[in-house]
Amino acid sequence: MNLNFLEFEQPIAELEAKIEELRFVGDESAVSITEEIERLQAKSRALTETIFSGLSAWQVAQLARHPLRPYSLDYIQRIFADFEELHGDRAFGDDPALVCGVARLDGRPVAIIGEQKGRDTKEKVRRNFGMPRPEGYRKALRIMKLSERFRLPLMTFIDTPGAYPGVGAEERGQSEAIARNLFEMSTLRVPIICTVIGEGGSGGALAIGVGDRVLMLQYSIYSVISPEGCASILWKSAEKASEAAEAMGITAERLKSLGLIDAVLKEPLGGAHRNVDAMAASVKSALTDNLSRLEHVSMDELLEARYKRFMSFGSFRE
Amino acid sequence: MNWFKKIVPSRINTEVRTSRRSIPEGLWTKCEECNSVLYRAEVERNLYVCPKCGHHMRLTARQRLDTFLDAGSGAEIGAGVEPVDILRFRDSKKYKDRLLLAQKSTGEKDALVAMKGRLKGMRVVACAFEFKFMGGSMGAVVGERFMRAVDAAMEDNAPLVCFSASGGARMQEALISLMQMAKTSAALAHLSRKGIPFISVMTDPTTGGVSASLAMLGDVNVAEPKALIGFAGPRVIEQTVRETLPEGFQRSEFLLEHGTVDMIVDRREMRDRLAALIAILSRQPVPKESEA
Repeated sequence: MNLNFLEFEQPIAELEAKIEELRFVGDESAVSITEEIERLQAKSRALTETIFSGLSAWQVAQLARHPLRPYSLDYIQRIFADFEELHGDRAFGDDPALVCGVARLDGRPVAIIGEQKGRDTKEKVRRNFGMPRPEGYRKALRIMKLSERFRLPLMTFIDTPGAYPGVGAEERGQSEAIARNLFEMSTLRVPIICTVIGEGGSGGALAIGVGDRVLMLQYSIYSVISPEGCASILWKSAEKASEAAEAMGITAERLKSLGLIDAVLKEPLGGAHRNVDAMAASVKSALTDNLSRLEHVSMDELLEARYKRFMSFGSFRE
Repeated sequence: MNWFKKIVPSRINTEVRTSRRSIPEGLWTKCEECNSVLYRAEVERNLYVCPKCGHHMRLTARQRLDTFLDAGSGAEIGAGVEPVDILRFRDSKKYKDRLLLAQKSTGEKDALVAMKGRLKGMRVVACAFEFKFMGGSMGAVVGERFMRAVDAAMEDNAPLVCFSASGGARMQEALISLMQMAKTSAALAHLSRKGIPFISVMTDPTTGGVSASLAMLGDVNVAEPKALIGFAGPRVIEQTVRETLPEGFQRSEFLLEHGTVDMIVDRREMRDRLAALIAILSRQPVPKESEA
């Protein structure tokens, strides 16, 4: 299996290559080298554990953007049943960078909104690299309203480099589309659970990220600006992205310690892409757990708590 | 100079000298748009709009509120709320030092000033961004002061007006600053439910996280002429689409044409038009300029 190893994973890649080689030899020769392979696999696992136990914020960012990282639809297919995708904002068009629909979570009807990146070049372009345009956010708003009307708990999956900065997006009011979602989500009368599965890119992420619970996968990131963007503005060089990532504290653990998110979902060894089924199962159990807890709270209490939660964000001196 | 003095009649000579003595430094200013040299007092009287070309110069937050509210009616909200650097953020400079520098150069504690006051006798709550304070960027203090302004508006059942001038979220406060977008928007959702009008006035420039939250959420969105207003900055867009942007792109007139703002209002008419508008939206009698 080609795992698209990242630069910091090179020692693991070398070991894995050696294992592959041995397997190849093992097939042809009569000598049993199973033991040797097992020994190397254990070594590779240990090495992965060591490397992954001390990742820098920038390395986590690279994992969050890993080409094999599972995207929204990968989770939706594994977690929900009877998913029906719903298209279009009823005003301008349909934005493939953001998928919406209704489905069942363990039998319970729910509504889903997820930002969607593309896997191959053609799909990447079609999905606009997961950067929604205003019609995407307005489709999401339509589904939010629908979920409220039919009392379907809302699950959102965040994975975007950011809202698209293009001419058309500006003409059609990108700012207003994002702002409107923040405004509406804060008082939407259904439980909302948001999960950052990859990149939580600024306003483009927050536009589907105002909820009662905000969860983050272990190697996902959430930040006000990309590390490269921050570095090019504050350090005057995109090369300082690693420093910027560290300074901004974009990792799940850091944000949890700051009280900005509720929970960190542990990833399989080596990252979600190493075992998508296991990751999806863990996301599913987190969603069902949280939903069960939220469903026991009255809607008025839930809204009050949501409001207080967002009002409490930010430290200052007085 | 000497030979000139000698040939000029003494009467004129004296006049020149006295007038020179009474003119302090900086009495003249230049319009950065049309390059006209302007008499500062006249520019001030004209609310910092160039009398020659109509260019709207940037105002400080206090100039804005002082000229908008009835004279002497403003009482500040949340003045004691001050920034702290809980992330210990440091780029080429420490965030703490950047804050101190901004505080020293602007005389403000942070980038938003909020006040209770009166507009032609009507009770209003008004706030204004201080663009000179780290580009009017929104961090925890801006979010908190804005929220308190909304609370004050709800308490007094008074319409809210916000003059925005900001580059967006404050990077040095990382995700905390992003969350201020949610905080301010959620506060406005509550205001809206109480049926209290919110007028958002976008001034040059209003971009990024501020435009993508509170600034676009007015019951009525107003823009000053030719203000730069948008989500992404023009440079970012140019780098993304790799083409030169059309003339007037992301200016107020462009936004009016594309249906993003309700109206463009000249600063010199701002008080009159907003007062009339607010009176209608809050079902109050036609406002009159008070005797003060």
